[in-house]
Amino acid sequence: MQVELDGKIHEIEKPMDVSRLLQQFSLSRETHLVIVNDHLVTEDHRLGRDDRVKLIRVVSGG
Amino acid sequence: MKCRVCGQEAHISLRSYNTALCSQDFTFFLEKRVSDTIQKYHLIEKNDTLIVAVSGGKDSLSVWHILNRLGYKADGVYVDLGIGEYSGESLEKIKKIAETLQRKVFVFHIRKIFERGIDEIAKNIRRVPCSACGMIKRYVMNKVCIDKGYNVLVTGHNLDDEAAALMGNLLYWKEEYLWKKSPFLEGREGHLSRKVKPLFLCSEREMAAYALISGIDYIYEECPFSIDAKSLTYKSILNNLEETSPGTKLQFIKGYLKMIKGGKEVSKDITYCAACGYPCYGDKCNMCRLLDRFHIENRIDFDVYGDNLDRNQKMMT
Repeated sequence: MQVELDGKIHEIEKPMDVSRLLQQFSLSRETHLVIVNDHLVTEDHRLGRDDRVKLIRVVSGG
Repeated sequence: MKCRVCGQEAHISLRSYNTALCSQDFTFFLEKRVSDTIQKYHLIEKNDTLIVAVSGGKDSLSVWHILNRLGYKADGVYVDLGIGEYSGESLEKIKKIAETLQRKVFVFHIRKIFERGIDEIAKNIRRVPCSACGMIKRYVMNKVCIDKGYNVLVTGHNLDDEAAALMGNLLYWKEEYLWKKSPFLEGREGHLSRKVKPLFLCSEREMAAYALISGIDYIYEECPFSIDAKSLTYKSILNNLEETSPGTKLQFIKGYLKMIKGGKEVSKDITYCAACGYPCYGDKCNMCRLLDRFHIENRIDFDVYGDNLDRNQKMMT
């Protein structure tokens, strides 16, 4: 699957659920939302090999 | 996970409410939360004229979108800080949503008046950019209200913003600010507009989800000068707590709101700027001092976008 984070694309072979993916990138579910094939998904969503995944940071400062 | 309301596939889990919702039911939930906050704290009264302080980010564009969906007609005001592509892109997104909502937006271009961007202004007055930005934004957004006849300034401050600021005020025992966090800040007739925060009880994560689900095209990039902002450190600490104890931020803020009912405000004697009438603690406000420092005689003026819109056109929802 293709995973986009902060404008960079990462290729991940192994299927996994969203929780595991966030852990792999050391991200918190409190600070990131996950979009799969243009749809928002919950942490238990199972990701497939052909999925396009986008990790969206929700925290802004200033 | 299944949606608690309709049983279909959920799109967002809300651990602080121990629930999960699909996109449609989440949209309803969040808009109701905003509407309930407005009602409970009497943020908006009949005949109020509203303007939303917009930055191009998820919170301000979403609150603008929600208010208009809830039937509160609101225009926008944007301070273009002159930060290269970041400011330009933000303005484009704001103009786009203004067009969708059929509302106008007032724009104050810092470079037009100061002939330099916020970073150079901050350097000149030996402040960090966030401090100079805050001072100018507060002034300009109040100015548009006073000059253009809006009595309520709406901001997109969310639960996380408020919790982080409260944490900072507590850590350093800033008593002068400690009891001033509220969903509304009173105005002063002819000098200071009333400020309201309808997203006070909506988390940053919920607001990002709302913007994504609603197709609100907001700017993802962070302001380049906010990277080292203390508020981000506080937010990170609070999110770590939230991860292990869902609902912590909400309880922190709700508990605070109960506390301020009995809390006392520490206030200094307010005077008004001799040059412009803005509330200040001396004879002249910081903005007028800044304009004097740069020998600027052009006072604050706004560009207006969407002024030629047909006001009778049906509001888009």
